[in-house]
Amino acid sequence: MAIKDLARQELMHPGAGSCPGCVDLLSLRMTLKALGEKTVLVIPASCTASIECSYPKTPFQVPVLTMAFAASGAAASGVAAALKRLGDDDVNVVVWAGDGGTYDIGLQAMSGAMERGTNFIFICYNNEIYSNTGIQRSGATPFGAWTTTTWTGKSEQRKDMLGIVMAHRLPYIASASPSYIEDLYRKVQKAASIKGPKYLEFHTPCAPGWRFPMEQTVEMGRLAVECGAWPLLEAVNGKVEFNLRSKQILDGKYERKPIEEYLKAQGRFAHLFRPERDEKALAEIERWLDAEWEHYRQLASCGVAAA
Amino acid sequence: MERYEADTTISYPCVGAAGKTGGWRDFKPVIDQSNCIKCLRCWAYCPEGAVLRGEDDSVSIDYDYCKGCGICARECPKKAITMERED
Repeated sequence: MAIKDLARQELMHPGAGSCPGCVDLLSLRMTLKALGEKTVLVIPASCTASIECSYPKTPFQVPVLTMAFAASGAAASGVAAALKRLGDDDVNVVVWAGDGGTYDIGLQAMSGAMERGTNFIFICYNNEIYSNTGIQRSGATPFGAWTTTTWTGKSEQRKDMLGIVMAHRLPYIASASPSYIEDLYRKVQKAASIKGPKYLEFHTPCAPGWRFPMEQTVEMGRLAVECGAWPLLEAVNGKVEFNLRSKQILDGKYERKPIEEYLKAQGRFAHLFRPERDEKALAEIERWLDAEWEHYRQLASCGVAAA
Repeated sequence: MERYEADTTISYPCVGAAGKTGGWRDFKPVIDQSNCIKCLRCWAYCPEGAVLRGEDDSVSIDYDYCKGCGICARECPKKAITMERED
């Protein structure tokens, strides 16, 4: 898959109300390119809902069902059942939720839809905060990060959402980054080709929420992968494989960049370095990262997730 | 376009749902076509879809809707896009 092979058709109209440089919109644009017109989206409260609900206008060229925060998974089951009844079995039913609508508020409905075996793709675009409501902490916010509700830095590590989803034994699970756009595109198409519940998670840096210049959004996503703060992986029927840079890190062909490079590039971690270095917090971040990669190594070598 | 009767509010697709977002710009991307290798990275990485892809894979900017984020200039491998201050 090369950039030239990405579909020409645009299913998002230009002139959407997202912030400049928003890679949520980029991921959405690419996802719709990969899925094509026969797609129905379910979107719970999130940044994307605010992009979409500019009543009476919307930039989306596919049907969208706006849903309450906690109910997107249940709504997707309903949409899939209705389409089945109508004989429209070849429509992609996709939930597009933020990390708040996945890790926290949307978790039980998502889990229920997966357990019911609904034929849908649950996509979490993870910007590690509740950005739409003004940068509050979520279950996906990393340790040490400033938010408006953790103004001295978050004191807990993020949830292992991929682990939670893997415990549902889905036929396809993948994590991707819009900074590796061909990889993201391929994973969306692969998910669409498989029947049953699928889960994708995209790591989408948020320039206003993470406090860095908007032109660096794509670079920040790349840096997250290079520093090991975000893994690129996919699991087909529980068999976990790492991709691109993340695979190279595991294979010892690429050395993880120092995590401080990633932290220093974002204002939300500035208090870890000013007025003096917070050695305790930095050591905790390093410790967690090493433990995380040890866990990834086990996932990759035993080949079975959540066994 | 087909319109539906429903007991709920429905938004319909249109260009510029949030208005002409090009007005948000402080800096505008300018492409030096002589340096462009048609790799399409600017087109692929533009969140807005405001980099237009021609039939021959040449690129141009839709200034009505480009918000001036500057991702295209940073992603261009030939540095063929510069950000110029708006008048």
